[in-house]
Amino acid sequence: MAKIIVVTSGKGGVGKTTTSAAISSGLALRGHKTAVIDFDIGLRNLDIVMDCERRVVYDFVNVINGEANLRQALIKDKRCENLYILPASQTRDKDALSQEGVERVLKELDEEGFEFIICDSPAGIEHGAFMALYFADMAIVVANPEVSSVRDSDRILGILQSKSRRAENGGQVEERLLLTRYNPARVAKGEMLGVEDVEEILATKLLGVIPESESVLKASNQGVPVIHDADSNAGQAYGDAVSRLLGEEVDHRFLSVEQKGLLQRLFRRSA
Amino acid sequence: MSIFDYFRNNKKNSAAIAKERLQIIVAHERSQRNKPDYLPKMQQELLEVIRRYVEVDQDQVEVQLDQNGNCSVLELNITLPEAR
Repeated sequence: MAKIIVVTSGKGGVGKTTTSAAISSGLALRGHKTAVIDFDIGLRNLDIVMDCERRVVYDFVNVINGEANLRQALIKDKRCENLYILPASQTRDKDALSQEGVERVLKELDEEGFEFIICDSPAGIEHGAFMALYFADMAIVVANPEVSSVRDSDRILGILQSKSRRAENGGQVEERLLLTRYNPARVAKGEMLGVEDVEEILATKLLGVIPESESVLKASNQGVPVIHDADSNAGQAYGDAVSRLLGEEVDHRFLSVEQKGLLQRLFRRSA
Repeated sequence: MSIFDYFRNNKKNSAAIAKERLQIIVAHERSQRNKPDYLPKMQQELLEVIRRYVEVDQDQVEVQLDQNGNCSVLELNITLPEAR
């Protein structure tokens, strides 16, 4: 059975699409056949973050409405052999995502032999966000170390625990916290919530901590998911998160301020 | 409160304040979360029934649902107006 993972947050702008692109690419790079679906109907953006915006012909809603079949709509990623993208539509009718339609598409992906299906949720707690999480086996809750994001994450956890299909059947969605835009220097100065603080407040198992990094914007500028940037902290942290998703035990990195050596400091500019 | 406490409070960093505020609001919202969806509507309908007999305001009816292990207790408090 394909494992369905929703990337969700409640609050917008915390890094759901960046995370969906990075995690799905990471899984595909490790040889797992992966599909990533953009659930943000009307505001499609996963395509541009993954550099396939000019290759979109059919979209998720076309497939649900039977105007195209799944194979026609899936876009094969340029960089990873095993990765396929299902873009959101630009229609303004948010109800276009019917529960039956979404279920059918997920089932077809499973029958096509996909091992992982990543659902990139829209912000908010309305229909699109609900559809993205409803069928999930696992949820990656993306949060920034900041009050509004943490509060919204808790609301999303509440919805996962009561409104998801697993919850309705008396089960549980596996929940994992991914803290993004983490700045260890500010945490050390007491200006930013630390990872232990957020873990304690949300009482959710940690999947990873992605440090605040210039490489994230650079990645989306170029349409290359940041996990491909193996030299960057953020890319490596996403790589670690993918390893943990696959059940490996990996220590968390980039949680404290880097101690730069004198030579490194002197030659940083020329590097 | 001594003058030392005053300085100590001033020193408290903003991350600690954020954590404290979040813990309070999250605990509050979690306690609200598990209430069934029908509660506000039920409160409204109960109020309508009561109003057929006595004149009461919306804020004089209080519906509280408490969970004690396997048993839920629905508590209904109605403040009746003073007899004329």
